[in-house]
Amino acid sequence: MTTSAPKKTEYEAIIGLETHCQLNTETKIFSSESTKFDPDNPNTNVSPICLGYPGVLPVLNEKVLEYAVKAGLALNCQIAPYSKFDRKQYFYPDLPKNYQISQYDLPIAEHGWLEIEIVEKQNSEPVRKKIGITRLHMEEDAGKLNHAGSDRLDGSTYSLVDFNRAGVPLVEIVSEPDLRSGKEAAEYAQELRRIMLYLGISDGKMQEGSLRCDVNISVRPVGQKEFGTKVEIKNMNSFSAIQKAIDYEIERQIEAIENGEPIYQETRLWQEGSGTTKSMRMKEGSSDYRYFPEPDLPPIEVSPEQLKLWKSELVELPAQKRHRYEEKLGLSAYDARVLTDDRTVAEYFEAAVAAGGDTKQVANWVMGDIAAYLKSNELSITEIALKPEILAELVSLITKGTISGKIAKDILPELLTKGGSAKELVEKKGLIQISDTGEIEKIIDEVIAAHPSELEKFRNGKTKLKGFFVGQVMKKSGGRADPKLTNQLLSKKLQG
Amino acid sequence: MIDREQVKKVAHLARLDITTEEEEQFTTQLNSILGYFEQLSELDTADVPPTTRAIELSNITRSDTLKPFPDKEALVQAAPEQEGDYFRVPKILTSDEG
Repeated sequence: MTTSAPKKTEYEAIIGLETHCQLNTETKIFSSESTKFDPDNPNTNVSPICLGYPGVLPVLNEKVLEYAVKAGLALNCQIAPYSKFDRKQYFYPDLPKNYQISQYDLPIAEHGWLEIEIVEKQNSEPVRKKIGITRLHMEEDAGKLNHAGSDRLDGSTYSLVDFNRAGVPLVEIVSEPDLRSGKEAAEYAQELRRIMLYLGISDGKMQEGSLRCDVNISVRPVGQKEFGTKVEIKNMNSFSAIQKAIDYEIERQIEAIENGEPIYQETRLWQEGSGTTKSMRMKEGSSDYRYFPEPDLPPIEVSPEQLKLWKSELVELPAQKRHRYEEKLGLSAYDARVLTDDRTVAEYFEAAVAAGGDTKQVANWVMGDIAAYLKSNELSITEIALKPEILAELVSLITKGTISGKIAKDILPELLTKGGSAKELVEKKGLIQISDTGEIEKIIDEVIAAHPSELEKFRNGKTKLKGFFVGQVMKKSGGRADPKLTNQLLSKKLQG
Repeated sequence: MIDREQVKKVAHLARLDITTEEEEQFTTQLNSILGYFEQLSELDTADVPPTTRAIELSNITRSDTLKPFPDKEALVQAAPEQEGDYFRVPKILTSDEG
């Protein structure tokens, strides 16, 4: 006997991300101190300005403005014709002035979007989605605290402060609550990072804290209009941690709702070890930051001419490249995605294609053997001796039938480490493919003569043995026999 | 105008510990200051665009060039407490981050 289970309520998660991204300028946002990440030498990159001494005058770094505007443009934002800085007041020892210089009601960029793309498998259709960008603003980073006597705040009796990071320029990017799963959120964060790296305005190192994501998340039954109670999650320092933390939190909130337990508006910390989130503190209503205009920094008015110039300096962005690779180069969504993940790899690929290499073959070499070599040797594609032009030459040697793919694979390690011309290497080593019928027939005759019993078995119906003969011919020719021709000739000879 | 509760709230936000007498005193004083400024609202500003500053100035930036402050040790030494190259601060009671 079967009983039908009660219909389960379906839930959806509403997720938004706040991302802080350090800009890789030489100097800090408002002072001429170095931005170098140097935790072993505390307080070596400090000045009266970043420590908030009375009477000092902060001045905006022109690169910070340029980078923020470029990031805004890359995220399809409207750039504010009039923007200003504000003071955000709060008390915490990592903030020497007791206020952070940030932007409140007139951020430099607003109303943008970015496109995320999820491709599950090599051949699957990509799922694309536009995620709204509410705003992007400039602000200064805070210092770093070391809690003495304990790893955690609770157990420590005092704290030590390093202000090297105080005043390092940040852009904070706030997304619309358009994300619905951990996977989408992780992809959004990765795409943001890719864009920053393409623009060359940030190093995007999550482990060092140059890219930090805070997540806002609530769940509600599908169909319900009102949002559920919003919870903030912090402390994820990898993309997979973002995904795991969100997936965990969705489950936790649904379970609480099903059990009739309350969900508090609070901040929770992701605990990588246990794979759970832990309550950190309650949000006391909305914090009273008492923003007011920063009197020491005049407003910013980006002129249309300046905006045009910065726009013209933007490189082709990852999403544009992905679309172009698919539509113009005929690559699969998956391949386009792999090739464009890193700008230097995409540029290498494009240079090899421009030098005459077959698109699909170049793509396969870059994603296959070359990627594997880079990975196992921890190298960047710009560091290898095999320049894109040589790869194009190598690929052309294969497409023209001068060498087989097998030979190309064999000489690849030497090209990767030593460089030089692929053609010359092939000639020097005598690896040119044998495409002469007579020459191949001669080898085949010798192989057949040397294996009379296999020949007999073949002729008695064990046709699988053909592979054995092909192998022997290839071996005898040092891998140089044209595989296609060998197959044809061998078929005839074996039939007798 | 400002009342006593608001004065208490402002004191709390500024982490100031004030006495009952001071609450009374500051309420009176702040009301007198705010009342003085209130005179400005007699002006008709309907056609005046809002501003946050008195001087017409915009786009003041500097080049991204390193000019490190020469005497960093003095900065650390000027703090009430230090430990090695660090500034030392008392036990942090709440995690009231921004």
